[in-house]
Amino acid sequence: MKKIEAIIKPFKLDDVKEALNEVGIQGMTISEVKGYGRQKGHKEIYRGAEYVVDFIPKIKIEIVVDSDQTDQVVEKIREAANTGKIGDGKIFVYTVEQAVRVRTGEKGVDAI
Amino acid sequence: MKLKRLLAAAILLGIPFSSAVASEGLNSGDTAWVIVSTALVMMMTPAGLALFYGGLSRYKNLLNTFAMTFVAYCLASVIWMMWGYTIAFGPDKAGITGGLSHLFMAGIGVDSLSGSIPTYVFALFQMTFAGITVALVLGSIVDRLKFSSWIVFTILWVTFIYCPIAHWVWGGGWMGDMGALDFAGGTVVHINAGVAGLVLSLVLGKRIGYGKEAMFPSSIALTALGAALLWFGWFGFNAGSQLAADGVAGSAFLVTNTSAAVGALAWMFAEWLVTKKPTVLGMASGVVSGLVAITPAAGFVNMPAALLIGLGAGMLGFYSVAKLKQKLGYDDSLDAFGVHGMCGIWGALATGLFANPAINEAGRGLFYGNPKQLWIQIVSILATAIFTAVGTLIITYLTKFLTGGLRVTEENEISGLDNSLHGERAFEIQ
Repeated sequence: MKKIEAIIKPFKLDDVKEALNEVGIQGMTISEVKGYGRQKGHKEIYRGAEYVVDFIPKIKIEIVVDSDQTDQVVEKIREAANTGKIGDGKIFVYTVEQAVRVRTGEKGVDAI
Repeated sequence: MKLKRLLAAAILLGIPFSSAVASEGLNSGDTAWVIVSTALVMMMTPAGLALFYGGLSRYKNLLNTFAMTFVAYCLASVIWMMWGYTIAFGPDKAGITGGLSHLFMAGIGVDSLSGSIPTYVFALFQMTFAGITVALVLGSIVDRLKFSSWIVFTILWVTFIYCPIAHWVWGGGWMGDMGALDFAGGTVVHINAGVAGLVLSLVLGKRIGYGKEAMFPSSIALTALGAALLWFGWFGFNAGSQLAADGVAGSAFLVTNTSAAVGALAWMFAEWLVTKKPTVLGMASGVVSGLVAITPAAGFVNMPAALLIGLGAGMLGFYSVAKLKQKLGYDDSLDAFGVHGMCGIWGALATGLFANPAINEAGRGLFYGNPKQLWIQIVSILATAIFTAVGTLIITYLTKFLTGGLRVTEENEISGLDNSLHGERAFEIQ
């Protein structure tokens, strides 16, 4: 099992969700996060006082999938979240040791 | 008696009599207009200014800004009726102050008249000016002043600074006698409040993190709404200051609107050129700049002059807050001095330039052959600025002594005054 963690632009969330539904992904966890990478922050000016906003709002999506499906899912997220502009985000993949469904006690791939 | 007989004859003959004759007694049209104006100006403080300043202060200090504005209006209301009115408008003592014969409104009844309106109405109208003037000062010091210090400061400042200056200009004092032109409060309200704010902010010191950390306004939407309400109320402020429902009031109304609109456009375009974005805060600030500058001139100048006054105000306001403030390095949190002080000075000078006897016989400026007027205006600006600077400095140190320091603790300043002083929060956002 692999955990895929994708940090994307907030307005791309719906596109990514639909793309993942198409390949049969049935659940995900998202959180509103802030951060910056190469995009850096942006500038706001109030009566001449210039403030740099370093941390920009992003959405973090977390999904756990069967290892075989990993590349397909990563590619789907990349396609859906891509605008071609700096600041589109990043995708990280981790190995997951165990998964348990709380209601039934099922384990492993059956639980995801 | 002769006049009364003339009046009676005029009525009998069905001749329409002029307002000059009618002004001998109460004029219901004038009275109705000043009552409405009073309500308009009242709204400028706890609604207009509170929103304008509240939106500009940081989210954690928004309610404290509202609280200071509300309490300033409430205190000024009470002080004015107890002793403020008589200091400003009681019988003149050597041109410096009014006598104390109207303490607690003594000697004034329902039949007392000031010009063609009841004295009660006149006193109330003037009360709303005292309220907004002291409330304007707080723009310089939000985010860090103790609430108790603000209360003590307000009481002392209205009594010892606002009331005497109001007397000098409007109450039969030396500035009015000298011929200084201030239609609705350029010196009395705006220069006075702007300079006082600057002095108070210099004594109080900068906010923690000023110039280093970002200090975002809590809501530009609230500020823009506040500016709109100020604009609306300002019609009462300026057109009401004629104290009559007549042609000069109409002219004051017209130039007030023109100057506000041009001020907003001027600030917006200046900003667009210099910092590349036309901001809503710039437009809102420009409206106020234009209104401030036209205030002393409102009943004296014509429409083309208002275009120039608004244009100068918008550009000067932008320059003052975006450039001058950074050069001088003081922390006037919400720019009471940059907007009210600087544009008030411009307006007072402009009155000396553009006052047009065709609008109002009482004023003739430099461009209409009276260069002396400009000099009189300069004297009135300097006298107001010096008196209020020295007086405010004394009052600030007296307040510091009485309330055991002026500033909130560092911990309270960082966590925010809404919670630490008032135990509330402005918004609950999930």
